[in-house]
Amino acid sequence: MADEKNLNTEAVIDAPACAYDDAAEQEKFLAARKAQIEEDGKKPFDPDALLEVRHLRKCFPIKKSMTGKVLQELIAVDDVSFKLAPGETLGIVGESGCGKTTLGRTILKLHPSNGGQIIFDGQDITDLKSSQMRDIRKKMQIIFQDPYSSLPPRSTVGGILSEPVTVHNVVPKDEVKDYVLDLMEKCGLRDYYYERYPHEFSGGQRQRICIARALTVNPRLVVCDEPVSALDVSIQAQIINLLKNLQQSMGLTYLFISHDLSVVKFISDKIGVMYLGSMVEFGDKKDIFSHPLHPYTQALFSAIPHPNPDVKMNRIVLKGDIPSPANPPKGCRFHTRCPYAKEICRHVPPTYREYEKGHFAACHMLEEQGTN
Amino acid sequence: MNQNENVNNSEEMLASAPAAETATAVPDTEVPLDKNVRLMSPTRMVVRRFFRSKLSIVGLLMVVGLFLFSFVGPLFLADLGTVDEYGMIHYDPSDGKWGETELDESGKIEYTTSETTFTTADGQTYTIKQTTEKYLKDNLRAPISWDHPLGTDNEGYDVFVRLMYGGRISLTVSFIAVFVITVLGVIMGGISGYFGGAIDNIIMRVCDVLMCLPGIPILLIISTILDSAGIDAKYRIYLLMIYLTLFSWPGTARLVRGQILSLREQEYMVAAEAMGYSTGRKIFKHLVPNVMPQLIVQMSLSLGSMILYEATLSYLNLGVKAPYAAWGTMINIISTNTDILENYFNIWGPPGICIVIAVLGFNFVGDGLRDALDPKMRR
Repeated sequence: MADEKNLNTEAVIDAPACAYDDAAEQEKFLAARKAQIEEDGKKPFDPDALLEVRHLRKCFPIKKSMTGKVLQELIAVDDVSFKLAPGETLGIVGESGCGKTTLGRTILKLHPSNGGQIIFDGQDITDLKSSQMRDIRKKMQIIFQDPYSSLPPRSTVGGILSEPVTVHNVVPKDEVKDYVLDLMEKCGLRDYYYERYPHEFSGGQRQRICIARALTVNPRLVVCDEPVSALDVSIQAQIINLLKNLQQSMGLTYLFISHDLSVVKFISDKIGVMYLGSMVEFGDKKDIFSHPLHPYTQALFSAIPHPNPDVKMNRIVLKGDIPSPANPPKGCRFHTRCPYAKEICRHVPPTYREYEKGHFAACHMLEEQGTN
Repeated sequence: MNQNENVNNSEEMLASAPAAETATAVPDTEVPLDKNVRLMSPTRMVVRRFFRSKLSIVGLLMVVGLFLFSFVGPLFLADLGTVDEYGMIHYDPSDGKWGETELDESGKIEYTTSETTFTTADGQTYTIKQTTEKYLKDNLRAPISWDHPLGTDNEGYDVFVRLMYGGRISLTVSFIAVFVITVLGVIMGGISGYFGGAIDNIIMRVCDVLMCLPGIPILLIISTILDSAGIDAKYRIYLLMIYLTLFSWPGTARLVRGQILSLREQEYMVAAEAMGYSTGRKIFKHLVPNVMPQLIVQMSLSLGSMILYEATLSYLNLGVKAPYAAWGTMINIISTNTDILENYFNIWGPPGICIVIAVLGFNFVGDGLRDALDPKMRR
């Protein structure tokens, strides 16, 4: 590593106009990543983790040739890895369009992945067919952002909630109604809502119905895809508390996607920060909030509003907009907006590595600090 | 007095019920819907909105009236006849009612009197009075009377009775056609919209080709083929309509495909996917019920156009042929007899009015349904 750095420094002195060969750096980075993926692929599955994601990648084709060959693609999730133990909550934060939702849906295999592994409950589910997924679907569920479009408008609440129970044979047929009513009570829905239609409810109640639907099949993992961002603040608190209570009583594991940092801070045990499709920092909530490593995380957390107006806040204001994921910047993806960006950041993608125990990040600045 | 007490009691109950609930029930600060208020299901709401429009009620009355007229009417007002073992229909001429193909044979008797006077050789003069009795077998173009409420036509058939039988043909044929069109359209459009990709491309190109084909010229050819194949006049219209449906489903298929394309992206479909439901369940339990509103509107509107199509075919003598009755065939008489067009409105007018009523009725109902099913009109 030290040799490589020296080489680079020499290159800067010799030819300051073009310090790095972008293509060569990219190739080197990809080769290193490929080796890493192969190495990780041989590792046994972590028995302590309910969900283990290794180098997950998801691309959407933008342009296709006549023969169906993909000419240009949008990399929505790029090389994301993490582990999640049962009973924990992982909060995924990031700006809109950074791939949070796609990550959640790809983990549930609602989108096919384009690389990497998803290991759920000790089983590699990456390449399972939809017929093989049917039993696993019971164990992983999703709650959506918009409670208005996520409930079928022409079924009653009872119909919506009892359909999964009967399809998956969760309880015998004659106990379905009692089971559903019991679950509705747990989710704060009254028994006489059973015969009603979704359009008769407010956003918060609809979200409770969505939560109840996700829980009908006794899942172990629930992906909460911004479950509260469509609700107003007082209802948000109720829903968050409901989710927390249900987690304790039913032993659920959450993958909680949100752009609201205060909500994530409240509910999460671990936090992953995403930027333009890749995970830039991952770690325990404590660690990440006390000393964020990545400049993006620092900027993001400095933007959390403080209830006390007298507290002087040291805001890091990022310039510019998030670049288009269809045409991401070369090198470190964050370099266009990073206050500490250097020459190396513009050309060499940083590697995602563990800096403290359980605290991962991807940044050249940290690498330098670590090596120096 | 007693009554007043009851009223007071129930008011108190109503007032106290929500308060008690909020105190005991779940920690939910949202305003609870009163338990006693039974809110309407989407279907009931649609029905209520449908009946709020006067035009749709008029349309419904027209359609229902025509149905009763053509399917129930003949049971009381027409001679149903008996079919013998050879398929021939025999009518009872003495019951005072007329059948579909029963000729009014009570033709008038014309008397012509002539007188011939001649003298024989013996000088005697003889006068021979001769009366000729001319028996017109069929009562043609009879005026409106109690016996024939709308008179008889060029052949001596009762117009009123044939009007009812013509309605049977028109309504049955258009209902069958629309049903087949809808089933085909839902299946093809559903497959096309749900699976997308190459299947979608193939089905949609087939639709394009079918929509390019000219209907009437091909119908003329098929009609000639049916004639030479010796198909019974009663069934050829069904065969023609089957042909028509095979060429009309692309419209419905496109509608269904478009709806399913947009519904497929709704989050409740993603939720259904996440629940691991089978493809059949997703299509027929989650998608098709949500396409039904548009489909019902499309069906009621195409019923009108199918009736017109059937009438056109019969008018062009491609469809139902004499002696069987259809509204189009009944109007067809005027194409060879301008005399009837000028002087006998009672022969060609009623079937024309029936066609107008049927088409208008179905269109009114369709428009009413469209307004009632429009989710933006929540009143």
